[in-house]
Amino acid sequence: MPQPPQLKKPAKKTIEFNRDVRPAISKCFTCHGHDPKAIMAGLKLDTRAGATAKLKDGKRAIVPYHPEQSEMIARIFAKNPDDLMPPPDSNKSLSADEKQILKTWIAEGAEYKEHWAFVKPVRPTPPEVKQKSWPRNTIDRFILAKLEDEGLRPAPEASKETLLRRVTLDLTGLPPTLDEQREFLADKSPGAYEKVVDRLLASPRYGERMAADWMDCARYADSNGYQADYERYQWRWRDWVIDAFNKDMPYDEFTIEQIAGDLLPHPTLDQKIATAFNRNHRINTEGGVIPEEWRVETVIDRVETTSETWLGLTAGCARCHDHKYDPISQKEFYSLYAYFNNVPESGTGVEQPVNHPPLIKAPYPDQSARMAYLNSRINYLNAEMDGRLKGHDAEIAAWTPKMAAPPASLSTGVAERYTLSDPPKVEGSGPTPKVVDKVTFDSGRSTGAVATSDKGYVDLGAVGDFDTHHPFSYCAWVEPDMGSGSPIAKMDPGHDYRGWDLMLQDYRPAAHFIDTWPSNALKVVSKAMLPQGKWSHVVVTYDGSATPAGVHIYVDGKKTEADVEQSSLRGSIRTPVTAKIGRRTGESIFSGKVDDLRLFDRVVTPDEAAALANVHPAAPILATPPEKRSTAQKAQLARYWAMDNDPTYRDLNGQVEQTAADRSALDSRISTLMVMEEMPKPRDCHVLIRGQYDHPGDKVTAGLPAALPPLPKGAPNNRLGLAEWIVDPSNPLTPRVLVNRLWEHLFGTGIVETSEDFGTRSDFPSHPELLDWLATEALRQKWSLKAMIKEMVMSATYRQSSDITAEDLKKDPKNRLLERGPRFRLPAEMIRDQALAASGMLTEQIGGPSVRPYQPAGVWDDVSVYGNLHHYKHDIGPNLHRRSLYTIWKRTAAPPIMTLFDVPARETCRVRRARTNTPLQALALLDDVTYVEAARALANRMMQEGGPTAKSRIDFAFRALLSRSPSQKESNLLLASLAKRIKHYDASPAAAAKLLSEGDWPNDPRLSQGELAAYTVIASTILNLDETITKE
Amino acid sequence: MKQDTVLQVQDQINRRTFLKQAGGMGLTALFTMLGSNAFGSEAPGLHRVGGMPGFPNFPPKAKRVIYLFQSGAPSQMDLFDPKPKLAARRGEDLPDSVRNGQRLTGMTSGQKSFPVAPSAFKFAQHGQSGIWLSEILPYTAEIVDDLCFIYSMHTDAINHDPAVTFLQTGSQLAGRPSIGSWLAYGLGTENQDLPSFVVLTSVGTGRKDDQPLYDRLWGSGFLPTQHQGVKLRSAGDPVLFLSDPEGVDRTTRRDMLDDLASLNKIKLASVGDPEISTRISQYELAFRMQTSVPELTDISKEPSSILEMYGPEVHKPGTYAYNCLLARRLSERGVRFVQLFHMGWDQHFDLPRAIKGQTYDTDQPTAALVKDLKQRGLLDETLLVWGGEFGRTVYSQGELSMDNYGRDHHPRCFTVWMTGAGIKRGVAYGKTDDYCYNIVENPVSVHDLHATMLNILGIDHTKLTYRYQGRDFRLTDVYGDLVTGIMA
Repeated sequence: MPQPPQLKKPAKKTIEFNRDVRPAISKCFTCHGHDPKAIMAGLKLDTRAGATAKLKDGKRAIVPYHPEQSEMIARIFAKNPDDLMPPPDSNKSLSADEKQILKTWIAEGAEYKEHWAFVKPVRPTPPEVKQKSWPRNTIDRFILAKLEDEGLRPAPEASKETLLRRVTLDLTGLPPTLDEQREFLADKSPGAYEKVVDRLLASPRYGERMAADWMDCARYADSNGYQADYERYQWRWRDWVIDAFNKDMPYDEFTIEQIAGDLLPHPTLDQKIATAFNRNHRINTEGGVIPEEWRVETVIDRVETTSETWLGLTAGCARCHDHKYDPISQKEFYSLYAYFNNVPESGTGVEQPVNHPPLIKAPYPDQSARMAYLNSRINYLNAEMDGRLKGHDAEIAAWTPKMAAPPASLSTGVAERYTLSDPPKVEGSGPTPKVVDKVTFDSGRSTGAVATSDKGYVDLGAVGDFDTHHPFSYCAWVEPDMGSGSPIAKMDPGHDYRGWDLMLQDYRPAAHFIDTWPSNALKVVSKAMLPQGKWSHVVVTYDGSATPAGVHIYVDGKKTEADVEQSSLRGSIRTPVTAKIGRRTGESIFSGKVDDLRLFDRVVTPDEAAALANVHPAAPILATPPEKRSTAQKAQLARYWAMDNDPTYRDLNGQVEQTAADRSALDSRISTLMVMEEMPKPRDCHVLIRGQYDHPGDKVTAGLPAALPPLPKGAPNNRLGLAEWIVDPSNPLTPRVLVNRLWEHLFGTGIVETSEDFGTRSDFPSHPELLDWLATEALRQKWSLKAMIKEMVMSATYRQSSDITAEDLKKDPKNRLLERGPRFRLPAEMIRDQALAASGMLTEQIGGPSVRPYQPAGVWDDVSVYGNLHHYKHDIGPNLHRRSLYTIWKRTAAPPIMTLFDVPARETCRVRRARTNTPLQALALLDDVTYVEAARALANRMMQEGGPTAKSRIDFAFRALLSRSPSQKESNLLLASLAKRIKHYDASPAAAAKLLSEGDWPNDPRLSQGELAAYTVIASTILNLDETITKE
Repeated sequence: MKQDTVLQVQDQINRRTFLKQAGGMGLTALFTMLGSNAFGSEAPGLHRVGGMPGFPNFPPKAKRVIYLFQSGAPSQMDLFDPKPKLAARRGEDLPDSVRNGQRLTGMTSGQKSFPVAPSAFKFAQHGQSGIWLSEILPYTAEIVDDLCFIYSMHTDAINHDPAVTFLQTGSQLAGRPSIGSWLAYGLGTENQDLPSFVVLTSVGTGRKDDQPLYDRLWGSGFLPTQHQGVKLRSAGDPVLFLSDPEGVDRTTRRDMLDDLASLNKIKLASVGDPEISTRISQYELAFRMQTSVPELTDISKEPSSILEMYGPEVHKPGTYAYNCLLARRLSERGVRFVQLFHMGWDQHFDLPRAIKGQTYDTDQPTAALVKDLKQRGLLDETLLVWGGEFGRTVYSQGELSMDNYGRDHHPRCFTVWMTGAGIKRGVAYGKTDDYCYNIVENPVSVHDLHATMLNILGIDHTKLTYRYQGRDFRLTDVYGDLVTGIMA
């Protein structure tokens, strides 16, 4: 047997398949890999059997120990472009190093190893190190051993100040307070640092800090995305996450509850809330979408999000074809898809700011308790009232309430009056109203009511054909089921909405008179709200003046105040479309009841409006002959009698109404939440050819990729089983992915740099044994994140100074070997939160609806007039200064001061953020009112709390932001500038006043304006320092 | 450590790190912004900063792009693609053989009939080329010999959001980089004082409540965020946070930046992190932008003859006409990719009236932009694209009357025109059938369009890749053929 030829010493000491060979050979997998459809020349290089098999032409790609006989080596070194592999037109090429590695690897026997991440981690023995005094814990032995290998030395420990700021930012996202600094600096005990770590992990701020990153994975947002991008309400889930982190909920529980909490036996409300994780995807509500197309996108999004977040697998590649690099076939992708395919959802939704089913009411615990109390109170009061009705049958039967006769004038100027019984009738010149499709009738509030909905409406024909300069009025009793739609309209949306109507806008009655919407139109919106499910009387009067002042809206007989939204009408409001009850022509569907609709050919007077609304509620029942009254009507009549005749009853009723109002107010504060739910019978699931919803291929059932371990014994083959499998100790990926991400948060880069991808194309770990040790440690620590984080921040590795030496920059510019501490720009949220905290403005309140801090005008409106999220107004008061994770997130126009600093847009799952350094960031920190106000507030603090001298005040600001005092040089520089600025602002009080009015935070009026403005500039300078926005 | 040593080492690192795909890490950013012409020699004729080594792959025909995106989807058969035979078929149902299984949007899927709606507008031939145009494009008629019309564009999407996203990012789904971001990443910038990818939006008079836009259309997807488009705003600061706070004058700001630089240099000397010097330079660039951007948007010094060319709306910031003039000024300053979005083309109803509003907005300014670039010699180094996200149906959505009709979304064919560097002039390319429903000759996909655009910029579309989630992504996914028939 010929000996292998003498080789040049390889670049690496020994060939490690996964580290050295795989990145090179996987370049060949596009044509010689997992995807059988893509295989060229019958050659598979992803397995040893395939690579060493005899090919058609008798050659073998790889002959172990014999690179000279291996066709692969001949081809990768080929001079002739026709022979060269990879082919020049493939845009793939092997570097000289890679070619040499492949050659050496074959010479050494061409051993394949399974991709490291798919092999269950085995707890390695920590290596021995020379510098025995350095390691503080096991982590350090792995790090130091490698440094010693590479001839590097660890950096000295960071100063106490630096360390305190670093760990406080890392664990809570906020800088240490001055008291915390003093306390730590004074504590000389050996356990001082550990005390700090324990305090920080116990702080409620910890959960908030951890949640911010988890929200990226979960693509959390407060809007649906896509074109109209309506608001949604998922913050109750965000608060669950904060709470789970704060409680240190073990990661296995955390995982199972979020993926499949609904499938646990007797799930608690909290476990259902957790499942909102996989409902945070976008929803396309664009008119005309094909629901199934977007339901499929939603399910695919869940597969991608779940696999990327927990497994570090980019399963999405297998949507259209077998994965080229990772062992996931297209069929296996759709088998994973089948786990998420059985949610009773449509794929689209309504164009309204609402949550979409499946959903639950998601009260906080105190809200649940209050709700239970109010319900029992109402039940008690109702029972009391019912008791008072007994024994009065005769009185009730004989009772006729006093009713005022309607004024005679109401019979004049009537264009049409409708009796909405079955069939509906008209008094007036109009044609008989026509029921279109399905409506229902009942006795109503006055003369009979019709209930309209998306199922049907009433067409009134060619009535109400008034023009712009013609006074007219229209009125009716209205009982809305929903806060939108047009109870009465004669309007043509197909022609610029020409016509008139009564429309509900969030339960507020609004009147339109339109030539061309919106440029040539009147729109007046009453400030009064119509109660849902209750009758109100509404009158709209219009005096023909073409001005908003000529429009009045009465509710229950009283003229209401109104907002004018469009005020310029010049043309004609006449339209050939018919008038309708329950909608405009083709849209603005009203779901609810309408009774006693009248059109007047004139303006109805205030007295008349009052008379129109003055109908005794018992009237519809009394109009029914006693023998025809239903049991419910009889009971209702008794209640009306009691209301007129029994003061105690009336009082009790008042209490019921008050309590019910409290209950509905509470109910409106309890948000719904979109959650996961499993259909009783799973949907059929198919491979989708080319990933297209309308090209189903082979049928598949739920199942796991063959390359990964099977479901744990006894686990059901559904979403719950999948979740249990993800956190089963046999799963090689989950613990590695988790500890790597925690590591990345603290050290800036993961042990595997591609923290989103642990597949075969991922970066090889910088410290594979450490990664495996941490992964096994996570299981040993029973998935406690706090324990894992503590282990990391207690290490000597973490505590190193982050100063960079020239040698470091040469040998390890990216600090992959960790011969120094981490130094990198803070995430967007921390930059703002730090400014709020240091300036004393931060509102420390956990959870609740998302808030609106400052945002430049037009960010929402410049790109869209759709949806309800426009006309952004920042909050007033404490919500202006909440932590950044609570900022309202509109996906199609996300908050600029977040996205400029690399927060992803939250359209899809993103587990790793970029970290850029751009001029737009400089502009934001220098000029945005957020930071100018913070500078001003900090300036106030400097002057109030920073001692008597300029020097001590500058020292104060440094301590508040940087946890250290300035050097003499820094201090002198700022002192000189301060003196200059004071002179400037003392001489320009107008400029000082302007600067001091940036933002809402109050100034201390006792302070000199010129001086305060000057300190504001100095504070802004310090806020903009590289060190300020960097974790050292 | 002495500062000069730090800077020397840092310089070496820059060059080294640059060669790796360091995806958004600060060192790359430093190079992008400061590497002043280090690789300029690779790109003949361009003086650029940043970009990837080896790009452009071959000498580019165009240095820059102006993409005039008509959002909402203009009706091809009312503007560009005349179908005279339809007059005789008015009101007839679209034959099933033509529709041939095309899926319908939810807006017309319930419609009982699909009556053919011939265009309400007259068409005539123009110029030497004799290209047909609708009567509502009189100004475009004047430049018709400079344009190349592609009648045979087609797309996969039938709803606005995915369709616009597809045109702008090469994928219907969110998360991919936009064309301009790919170019910023691959080619860097020619102007150090302005962003290399600028976005301008305007609202159409044809339909004021038309389809909205989304940040993602100029987002950088998985590319580092520094490559995302910068939207120039018509109200408030043209670039977010551009103005100094009230009460801070230029001297104060300059002094403050000097202080910042001094303090940051002290820090750099003690900790040696090259990211700090990047930060220092970004603050200087921000300061320069505070001058360069207002200078850019100040059109007061444009001669009245030029302003008149663009039409009366040019004086109103935020109009399409104003944006066209700005597009020229941006291109003049070397901005790589200027992306206009004009909204308002979604005429489901009342098309004959509404589309005139749109052509009023766009016809004159578009023609003026082409003429203006031409007279400055810029048309030969700029690539212009005009078009929307899909076409519109030949059948009427809603009622069809003699003078009124609407049209639904149509993915199977639509018209896009191009001009400028690398494009044949006065050419009509591709053909649709008599119903303007199917393509009968030379179909051009969205990927083909992208591949061709990149080629004209000197880029092999299969080579411009970025590794994300283990996969080398491209603007053109795994598709895209050059449309050689339109390339000069």
